[in-house]
Amino acid sequence: MRDVAVVSFAQTKNVRRENRRNEVEMLIPVVQEAVEKSGVPKQEIGFYCSGSSDYLAGQSFSFVMAVDCLGAWPPIAESHVEMDGAWALYEAWIKIQCGEADSALIFSFGRSSPGVIRETLVLQLDPYTLAPLGADPVSLAALQARALLESTDHSEREMAEVAARNRSNAKNNPYAQLTGDFDVDELLAEPYFVSPLRKHDCAPISDGATAIVIAADDVARKASKKPAWIRGIDHRIESHQLGLRDLSQSTSTSLAGEKAGAIDIDVAELHAPFSHQELILRDALSLGDDVKINPSGGALAANSVMVAGLTRIGEAANAIWDGTARRALGHATSGPCLQQNLVCVLEGE
Amino acid sequence: MSEAKQPIKSIVTPSRLEYDFTPGIATTRFLRHMEEGRIVGQRCAECTKVYVPARGSCPRCGVATKEEVEVGPNGTVTTFCVVRVPSENIDLTLPYTAAHILLDGADIPFFALIQECDAADVRMGMRVEAVWAAKEEWGPTFENIRYFRPIDEPDVPFDDFKEHL
Amino acid sequence: MAEHCAVIGVGQTQHDAKRIDVSQYGLVREAAERALEDAGMTYADIDAVVVGKAPDMFEGVMMPELMLADSLGAVGKPMLRVHTAGSVGGSTAIVAASLIQAGVHDRVLTVSYEKQSESNAMWALSVKVPFQQGMVAGAGGYFAPLIRAYMKRSGAPEDTGIRVALKDRQNALKNPYAHLKLEGIDFDQIANSPMLWDPIRYLETCPSSDGACAMVLGNAAVAKKAPKKPAWVHATAMRTEPTMFSGRDQVNPQAGQDCARVLYKKAGISDPRKEIDCCEIYVPFSWFEPMWMENLHFAPESEGWKMTYEGATALDGDLPVNMSGGVLSSNPIGASGMLRFAEIANQIRGEAGEHQVDGAKKGLGHAYGGGSQFFSMWIVGDQPL
Ligand SMILES: [Zn+2]
Repeated sequence: MRDVAVVSFAQTKNVRRENRRNEVEMLIPVVQEAVEKSGVPKQEIGFYCSGSSDYLAGQSFSFVMAVDCLGAWPPIAESHVEMDGAWALYEAWIKIQCGEADSALIFSFGRSSPGVIRETLVLQLDPYTLAPLGADPVSLAALQARALLESTDHSEREMAEVAARNRSNAKNNPYAQLTGDFDVDELLAEPYFVSPLRKHDCAPISDGATAIVIAADDVARKASKKPAWIRGIDHRIESHQLGLRDLSQSTSTSLAGEKAGAIDIDVAELHAPFSHQELILRDALSLGDDVKINPSGGALAANSVMVAGLTRIGEAANAIWDGTARRALGHATSGPCLQQNLVCVLEGE
Repeated sequence: MSEAKQPIKSIVTPSRLEYDFTPGIATTRFLRHMEEGRIVGQRCAECTKVYVPARGSCPRCGVATKEEVEVGPNGTVTTFCVVRVPSENIDLTLPYTAAHILLDGADIPFFALIQECDAADVRMGMRVEAVWAAKEEWGPTFENIRYFRPIDEPDVPFDDFKEHL
Repeated sequence: MAEHCAVIGVGQTQHDAKRIDVSQYGLVREAAERALEDAGMTYADIDAVVVGKAPDMFEGVMMPELMLADSLGAVGKPMLRVHTAGSVGGSTAIVAASLIQAGVHDRVLTVSYEKQSESNAMWALSVKVPFQQGMVAGAGGYFAPLIRAYMKRSGAPEDTGIRVALKDRQNALKNPYAHLKLEGIDFDQIANSPMLWDPIRYLETCPSSDGACAMVLGNAAVAKKAPKKPAWVHATAMRTEPTMFSGRDQVNPQAGQDCARVLYKKAGISDPRKEIDCCEIYVPFSWFEPMWMENLHFAPESEGWKMTYEGATALDGDLPVNMSGGVLSSNPIGASGMLRFAEIANQIRGEAGEHQVDGAKKGLGHAYGGGSQFFSMWIVGDQPL
């Protein structure tokens, strides 16, 4: 395996509604910033890969115009996944492992504001039996939270603590959307939103974009003073039928973590759009109390769909760069109730 | 086989999603100019090419575009096709001509309809002008230009527009 | 390239306008299980699954790979979903191959499909987005002006497109899986078929199909144990250019030219016309055969039509093209690119049945998408490179 490192990370501020710029206008400064910070000359970037969703954007082939932000001339080696950008990073990492490229730019963009995300995500479900029921993602997450609360020692208080800690951490993150100090008792006094979830247990609805440059071996060493080396990356999927899964656990995260070598972690950036999911993920990855979770505030502070997973890898790299961590973990999730999960382990020199 | 045992081959699940789109900065400016009856593109600071309608960037250079340049309203047909089949969402009498039109001052052709002209008479290199809707109907929309029609100017030689097909 | 990769199993569905006899699950499994059987494997032998499909709105399911995890035996495994417009079937095969070439997996199942009959594809393509310029002519109307530009530039005889369509439609009669099989098709039927988007006639266009294609890919150790002859992946390449920019040549796009050039270089090919035995290329409108012959450096610029005219691209020509009947005969959009990659692999494996090219040792699979801006290609051979 070649040594590959994250060498730069850039993101937009996450906002409830970006109503001035279109996708390309959002991406141009982010892509330029990632390229500049990477130290890899733009013309030497060997591969490009993006992640986004047509249903989120509300039009077919929505990723096509995003190519406009790259200056794809002369023509470039480029690909796209209809997945969170974290999987685009995985595809780029594979390309580098094949020796097809020495560096890659990965980006993703997601705007939930044009549509109604709770309605859009219903279309992720089996179209014959589940989607006609209109089961929305918050209700499904609530089922999962209930399964967790009933079958383990975890409590609603812990969920509120997760929400409070993430939003407090996010005060130091200029790109976060929902930040501030919250009192756990006051949060618990709030009414249920979809029981047992309260509003604070749910991620905000966000628009945003992220770009990352990764590079191999000497290209990374030459470009960056402090490459965040990818020591392991793996992803796994579970059954789509919620009835076939133990929703209080995330076996796919455990497996991906095991394959990616998720041990001795100092900082973990977990993509948990609902507070109870952070508890499930911590258990799945056996992250103890000594592991710092989501210094960025995580998805509970900013959750641009298709972007938030890639952002977690960028934030994990930030933890290496700012010295908070020697080994950091970035996690991404996709699908209802943590159906699919990716774990990326980063390490400083 | 009794009716109850017939396999179900199809179910209908209507689905409705509403989207509220954001045009973006460049398109907003373009549409505001259209509202005033002007076609305004943007010039790339790097390669100096003029894009219309501009989408806020030069896709070739990957940089944001800002400088505005008024183009048209006359142009040249660079290539075209004659549509003889109905399409979803398009309500026009068949046959009709859809053409790439290189507006004067622009460096990229614009897809539009040619009317007031027999389909058989449309040619590559033909000179055309924009036909606008009545002024009181103008809004921030592409539809202010109803179509293009021929004007009495000599055809442009192929070599002069062969890079803008 | 760290590891060798070979195609050891190929499967495809019967392609048809509406496959209402199967669900999306049934459709992908029909192709996947044929590919697994061909490779002498079951789902349990597979390490990872890579799915490709064109826009989600074609079926009305957002990220349908999530719901397909169970039916494709992917639970507990890595699963990826690729979407690169019309080239997606090819790109998906390339991503699957790269998982093996990287040394990450030994056996990968890759599946592409489209089941347009479950939603309304024409609607999905023509959703009117405000502030954007409306489509004034439908899908064929996008490509017809480019074909006219090609005719003008090359001086190709006007019946070139008819000749390509006739060849592909006759080839399709030898392909048991083809959607459109027009018995007794002849030149006049095509010439007299209605002009849709002048200069494109009805019988010069592709149909819209439901269908799927699957391949099992393996590394060298796996390929050597495969029950049938493998097709070895010699090289893969992808190239992209923007949809529109000033001076863009959409008739002979640079991205396609560059993609072919880098592909041949990687595969050690210096004279593609001589060294490649046959091709499966993405031709949704018949005129794209001569255009792509030039773009792929098989013919000098403006001379691609001569290959069609001289019969070079016929099943018994010196460079047969689209022996299966191609996209003109079956077009499940998301799978159309992978069908090209899989059909060429079957030629090399000697598994192409009635449309087999005798002694095919090296072949090209090609797909493109968007406004002729996304290209994916591979070269497969009967021996490892
Ligand atoms: Zn420029």
